[in-house]
Amino acid sequence: MAARRATKKPNISKDELTQYYRDMLLIRRFEEKAGQLYGMGLIGGFCHLYIGQEAVVVGLEAAAEEGDKRVTSYRDHGHMLACGMDPGGVMAELTGREGGYSKGKGGSMHMFSKEKHFYGGHGIVGAQVPIGAGLAFADRYKENGRVTFTYFGDGAANQGQVYETFNMAALWALPVVFVIENNQYAMGTAQQRSTSTPDLHTRGEAFGIPGEVVDGMDVLAVKTAGEKAVGHCRAGKGPYILEVKTYRYRGHSMSDPAKYRTREEVQKMREERDPIEHVRAMLLEGKHASEEDLKAIDKEIKKVVNDSAEFARESPEPALDELWTDIYAEAR
Amino acid sequence: MATEILMPALSPTMEEGTLAKWLVKEGDSVSSGDIIAEIETDKATMEFEAVDEGTLGRILISEGTQGVKVNTPIAVLVEEGESAEDIKTEAATTTAPAPEPGPPAQPRDADADKDQEAAPPGSGPGQAGSGSGPSQAEPDWPEGTEMRQQTVRDALRDAMAEEMRGDDDVFLMGEEVGEYQGAYKISQGLLDEFGPKRVIDTPITEHGFTGLAVGAAFGGLKPIVEFMTFNFAMQAMDQIVNSAAKTLYMSGGQMGAPMVFRGPNGAAARVAAQHSQDFAAWFSHIPGLKVAMPYSASDAKGLLKTAIRDPNPVIFLENEILYGKSFDVPVLEDFTLPFGKARIWRTGADVTLVSFGIGMTYALEAAEKLAEDGIDAEVIDLRTLRPMDSAAILESVKKTNRCVTVEEGFPRGSIGNQITALLMEQAFDWLDAPVINCTGKDVPMPYAANLEKHALTSTAEVIEAVRKVTYR
Ligand SMILES: Cc1ncc(C[n+]2csc(CCOP(=O)(O)OP(=O)(O)O)c2C)c(N)n1
Ligand SMILES: [Mg+2]
Repeated sequence: MAARRATKKPNISKDELTQYYRDMLLIRRFEEKAGQLYGMGLIGGFCHLYIGQEAVVVGLEAAAEEGDKRVTSYRDHGHMLACGMDPGGVMAELTGREGGYSKGKGGSMHMFSKEKHFYGGHGIVGAQVPIGAGLAFADRYKENGRVTFTYFGDGAANQGQVYETFNMAALWALPVVFVIENNQYAMGTAQQRSTSTPDLHTRGEAFGIPGEVVDGMDVLAVKTAGEKAVGHCRAGKGPYILEVKTYRYRGHSMSDPAKYRTREEVQKMREERDPIEHVRAMLLEGKHASEEDLKAIDKEIKKVVNDSAEFARESPEPALDELWTDIYAEAR
Repeated sequence: MATEILMPALSPTMEEGTLAKWLVKEGDSVSSGDIIAEIETDKATMEFEAVDEGTLGRILISEGTQGVKVNTPIAVLVEEGESAEDIKTEAATTTAPAPEPGPPAQPRDADADKDQEAAPPGSGPGQAGSGSGPSQAEPDWPEGTEMRQQTVRDALRDAMAEEMRGDDDVFLMGEEVGEYQGAYKISQGLLDEFGPKRVIDTPITEHGFTGLAVGAAFGGLKPIVEFMTFNFAMQAMDQIVNSAAKTLYMSGGQMGAPMVFRGPNGAAARVAAQHSQDFAAWFSHIPGLKVAMPYSASDAKGLLKTAIRDPNPVIFLENEILYGKSFDVPVLEDFTLPFGKARIWRTGADVTLVSFGIGMTYALEAAEKLAEDGIDAEVIDLRTLRPMDSAAILESVKKTNRCVTVEEGFPRGSIGNQITALLMEQAFDWLDAPVINCTGKDVPMPYAANLEKHALTSTAEVIEAVRKVTYR
């Protein structure tokens, strides 16, 4: 099914568009830097980059309000930056340092920020889905009008607990937006090799959950769909599914030889559908910004990212007694 | 300013690699994202992308070079206007950090070591610290058997291939086992040989495909279920424990689940709490399951073949860090090993070290160092945990009167605890010191490099424990 593009002349302000450009560019440059630090041995283990998928999280964050929650998988750096977490703190977690969001104990896949209502960073495929519904359960319980964005992949969409969750979320009208980030691959498995029917947005039908497919390379389309989904949830109508079609440019993680797709396929996506280039073109064509303006933004972002890397290298390793802290909470 | 391009780390366990091919030449201009070289890691051949832009000034490491350490400068990138001639190595700015103090270099998958065939079994190269220790008490193969160096990875693959050739009812299923050739390349080549009917890529749906495999076993097949890692077997725990393990009993012996659950278990490198844990003790707890956890390649092969033939559900715990290690494997038509029979890697008189799986690397290394100080350790590799070769442990401890156990798992309810209880009950009068269990620390695995090192047990800890029990 062809994904929906944004209307030709979107009614959108210059500031808004510039902000999306900036937010997406931050994610991209941050991820490139992370890849670089990994190659230098400063980041270890698994490191899953979000490059190519930036419009998904930036578009949805544009539909969120203060206090809304989000939870996702291990491919989480973009989500953290988009919800306003500090790039230095994220990068320092990637390098396993004291200044990281989890004091260096969680790493790339396991980061959290209570302040920004970011509930992780989960390494077990699909496990964040019921957790997201549980966050929404707590909000509905407290009647606070908040919505939870629960992100998961096309591969995760096959886990049984996703469907157990759909049933409960619909049954109890939980305010949760299920965002299926369909980047077409789960590790080396193309979506058609793992799913009996291709349309993931219809997977809620049996439970009475409405769903729609969204062009995830178009930040405005994502934002529009996100607003609709959030509105549905806030109106007390229960969960909503967004299948956001996107694409990851890099390997699944750093150690992926990527033999399951052609270089041409990746190149074509990059050239024809890049979400950042898309907004860049809109900014220039709409005379919202000049090349110089954009260069200035690029420079600014580069500095933020370089500073984060600097912080992540300078921040000391955690003290050895941190090994023994945070295993149990103190009784209050 | 000129920038050095450094040999990248392209996998969690990579310490060095082969610079297989340069895709650019000196003088070519490159931009960020261009593929500039192909690098072979411990697992795969990877494309290496440029992160900066500029002109390739000089290639420092020529293609085909093996054993290039991570962070070694491999080329110099110059900016517009600079020429390669201007650069002296010291002029180049290196953005590399001081290399992390990684684990000590391990013996490589050394094809070059093939001339070691004459070495006695149990003392081959690659046996992480086993050095020239005394040979095994009772060899697993007839004297004079031809030996061949093989990695644990290849030994596992051969075991599956041989059993699949011999029995049409054996099939392999799991995530990425087919087209991708296995996330850790254990099933390399199996799809080609056996086709998609018998080498089955599953969706990411562990509880579902495990239950399905149990049903297939009830239905007369012999499934091998690969978990990408055993961490993900937690999703499938109910089917393993409640269906696979108990049905023979519940059906009064009418039907059971002849199947193997296998995959890497235990800590890998820097993958943090959800991806780094040893489930040996967990699975050993369950009546109805058998549990194997090999250390060497020959044991991996012989035990996996036995596991596939066993009429019970067998949990087969491998280890990512051991996959690439080479050991002597006997060249035999059909080499199998019985369950419940330990292997004595070193005979000794002063203390008994009991271990299994990757714990053996610490035990053997400690034994070697202790020997230098005149402490003579006997090292027992349990190989299977259920059944466990209690007789071998008891016999040894009755001789040495002291025991230290070594494992990577958590301390509570550990295999070491089990062995300690066994010795209390059946060798109390022979013990000259309390048994010490060396284990992983009682904490979730941290990500930070320095903390991770402390969370694991170590050779130093084993040596210290031995000094305690021997009062030396
Ligand atoms: C329960 C479980 N099974 C397997 C894995 C290994 N694994 C990690 S990511 C992944 C692929 C997931 O693909 P998808 O859900 O599409 O997300 P993407 O990586 O594309 O963002 C797999 C199989 C895991 N972490 N957890
Ligand atoms: Mg995916």
